[in-house]
Amino acid sequence: MIFNEIYSVYYNAVAKIIAQIISGERDEKELNQIVYDNAFGESMLTVLPSLKSEKWQLVRADMTTPIKHKPTMPPTLIQKQWLKAISLDPRIKLFDIEFNGLDDVEPLFTPADYIIYDKYGDGDPFEDEGYIERFRTILSALKEKQPLKIKTVNRKGNIISMSLMPQRLEYSEKDDKFRLINIGCRYGGTVNLARIVSCEKCAVGGFIQQNSPVSEKRTVTLRIRDDRNALERCLLHFAHFEKRAERVDKKHYTVHIKYDKDDETEMVIRILSFGPMVEVIGPNDFRNLIIERLQRQKSCELK
Amino acid sequence: MSSYSELIKNFEKIRSYMREFYVYGFKSREEYDKKSARSYDDERRRMESWLGDHMSFVRTPEGKNVFISIDSRVSGHNPFYKAIKAKSFTDGDITLHFILFDILHSSDIVLSLPEILKEIDEYLSGFKSPMMFDESTVRKKLKEYIEQGVIVGEKIGRKMMYCRADDIGLPDITDILNFYSEVAPCGVIGSFLLDKEEDKTDYFSFKHHYITSAMDSGVLAMLFKAMREKSTVTVSNTSRRADEPRKIRIIPLRIFISVQNGRQYLLAYQPEFNVIKSFRIDYLSNVKIEEPTPRFDELRAELDKMQSKMWGVTAKKNRYGEERIEHIDFTVKIDNSEEHIVRRLEREKRVGQVEKIDDRTYRFTADVYDTSEMIPWIRTFICRITELHFSNRTVENQFKRDIEEMYRMYGITEVEI
Repeated sequence: MIFNEIYSVYYNAVAKIIAQIISGERDEKELNQIVYDNAFGESMLTVLPSLKSEKWQLVRADMTTPIKHKPTMPPTLIQKQWLKAISLDPRIKLFDIEFNGLDDVEPLFTPADYIIYDKYGDGDPFEDEGYIERFRTILSALKEKQPLKIKTVNRKGNIISMSLMPQRLEYSEKDDKFRLINIGCRYGGTVNLARIVSCEKCAVGGFIQQNSPVSEKRTVTLRIRDDRNALERCLLHFAHFEKRAERVDKKHYTVHIKYDKDDETEMVIRILSFGPMVEVIGPNDFRNLIIERLQRQKSCELK
Repeated sequence: MSSYSELIKNFEKIRSYMREFYVYGFKSREEYDKKSARSYDDERRRMESWLGDHMSFVRTPEGKNVFISIDSRVSGHNPFYKAIKAKSFTDGDITLHFILFDILHSSDIVLSLPEILKEIDEYLSGFKSPMMFDESTVRKKLKEYIEQGVIVGEKIGRKMMYCRADDIGLPDITDILNFYSEVAPCGVIGSFLLDKEEDKTDYFSFKHHYITSAMDSGVLAMLFKAMREKSTVTVSNTSRRADEPRKIRIIPLRIFISVQNGRQYLLAYQPEFNVIKSFRIDYLSNVKIEEPTPRFDELRAELDKMQSKMWGVTAKKNRYGEERIEHIDFTVKIDNSEEHIVRRLEREKRVGQVEKIDDRTYRFTADVYDTSEMIPWIRTFICRITELHFSNRTVENQFKRDIEEMYRMYGITEVEI
């Protein structure tokens, strides 16, 4: 169904090569660049040589092709079914698109066929008209590289105005929230979209071209004791970070995880969730954060 | 002996290697004992070719360990999709593909098989040793494409006529593809569509983004198909406790996706034991869809009811339909500036209630099938848990023993607050 050669990077690369040859481009360096950009690390050893040697009879020895039209293929049934499925998702309203041409197509899945059972319950209001309008304004500003003037509500309920240059929209599946990553905002590089109450594009100027904000990276080292399937649970749980694991002995493992400093508190509670199967062995300041919580817990005299 | 290719015929083989390299990453070459050393070398080389910079290695006294390390917050699109785009094919497959779609370049062109064969020969006539495609090969290929939905076959009189399927003519959907190829189930299908886009500029990034599910896309798509058809399936299930996969017959009811641990489960009815239970999708393979079942709607409604008592994926009902429900309540204290803890309780709870006891004390209460599933969450409130009661005393005792062990582990003997 999904694992099929018609979706392969080789087919895509060959389609682009044929299109280039049809348009008159026969420079091998250029054609190899297509393979490099669209296929895998070693594909250059196969794709163009297979075409030039007439193993794949699509390009003749003189670098002409019998193919007369730029290669195209209509969407497959499963692609149409997937598009139909996402057209049923509540977040689709954020994008100003009408899905015509899929009326007779059965969705691959519907919202009743799956559940994200552990996402947080206070996700963004994706069907709120005001939210949708602000999302579209932000996306448009991103595309046009235009600054934004926004007003947000802070935790105390006060309205704050700010100007910023949008960089990208970051979505957290766990929080079910979008955040606007930006530069130039005096309140920080991240603004929760749900906190924005108004937003408009403004004239470029006053924003010095800066690189995208890069959060400080830190590393925490954990010792895992593989009881109650802790090794697999822990490594899967932290799989989305850059990390490295080592075996200490048959039952113990060390894992080094790189995380953003801004997310340190979240890391502390995520590590605590593994109980005694995971111990922070370094650095000391991180270990102390765990110790401090445990000391406070001991003072609670748990009944 | 066949020569090495970066393409693969069978995805199952690479599925387990990729998971080992990405999730674990501490095994040396010698430990992949189930497969031959040559197979290990080939799979490792393929992954290096597909994933490039994401592959790393470290030398240890046990040997060279290869691992995949990806920070999915900065990696853009899911790198594992590349593996699904590495299906091997024959020289004839690729040649025929491009020629067929060039012959049928518009949906107005309707041709019979003999007409298509004649045109194919003309396309190939300029090559030194032209390939020969017989009628049955081309018919088989056209049949495949009809099943894929890209070619339409229609009988006119006694003749089968072929034309290209209509395009759906969608406007620019690049933003939708960039977003949903990462967050929707079977997102790799969006990635296939994205591959055809000229301008793929992406304005999205993703936090807390688990990418291992990519490797289960094929299985997941089959399970969705079965649910849409309300059908029974047979599937191979590899248990952690058994070496060999076991073939089981089940009725798939719903997919449960975790965004906190990256696992995906199938909740399904197993007639053999008359129970609704969960199966890890990464342990499933070889899904075969059988006949539709009249019981699907009734069983899904049953699961709907059960979900109000599920914290995770455990649904405990015995074969006679009797439920065993466990109770949990715990109390947390907060300081004046810690209103966010109350918000955490409210937004992170999946079932149950939060009750205010006084200005500084809140209680969470729930009745669920399996309170042990809640333990990791409860531990995130360590430093403020004042009371804790489980109806399942074994779970409560384990929780308390674990806390004591953590005190010992971190050398906490006396409290100085």
